[in-house]
Amino acid sequence: MVKPTRVTNSIRSLRFAHGEMTQAELATRIGVTRQTVIAIEQGRYSPSLEMAFQIARVFGVPLDDVFQYPGNAEETP
Amino acid sequence: MFYIPGMPFEEKLAWIMAAVSAVAYAVYLTLLLGQAGPTPLAEVAYVPIMLWSIGAAVVVAIVLRIVAAALAPEDAGQKDQRDREINRFGDHTGQSFVVIGGIAACVLAMAEADQFWIANVLYLAFVLSAVLGSLTKIAAYRKGF
Repeated sequence: MVKPTRVTNSIRSLRFAHGEMTQAELATRIGVTRQTVIAIEQGRYSPSLEMAFQIARVFGVPLDDVFQYPGNAEETP
Repeated sequence: MFYIPGMPFEEKLAWIMAAVSAVAYAVYLTLLLGQAGPTPLAEVAYVPIMLWSIGAAVVVAIVLRIVAAALAPEDAGQKDQRDREINRFGDHTGQSFVVIGGIAACVLAMAEADQFWIANVLYLAFVLSAVLGSLTKIAAYRKGF
């Protein structure tokens, strides 16, 4: 019924690399609940583009460093 | 159900909605069939039972919501983008039963069926809509969305 997202992410490792930031702290900084951060980390929720940029901005890295999409990059036009 | 660390507040509300709707309808059916006995169903005074069961369901749902909010005040009322998306998805899924109920009631009215059957098919449709919608939301929270 509900397809889990194919998007993977590095949020967990980025949190640890940024002073062991808690899920609650990240949630507060991007304006969502802690449960939503958990769902994103576990790949149970694909965030909107805007939320994805907000997360990348919190860590000060490009979007590609936070989210990855599996597949052959050469296939894309 | 009311104090489960890590469960989103909106998921708790979905559990409450599903449980209350199903229990209220089960109680309604039990009382209705209990009153019927040998009397044909359509002749039973169903209106007070239906109104009381709907009214009680609304009151119980409100009370349980207050209890859930009191047990986890930090989560109460918090709703973000994911909650809103899951809410819309669940409501959209549950709505199918409202449409089916409406069409069924329309057909019954055209066939000049007893008001008992029209009222009951609508009530059943509302219950199924609430239960299906809530279960969809719960599945979306647990399995992914």
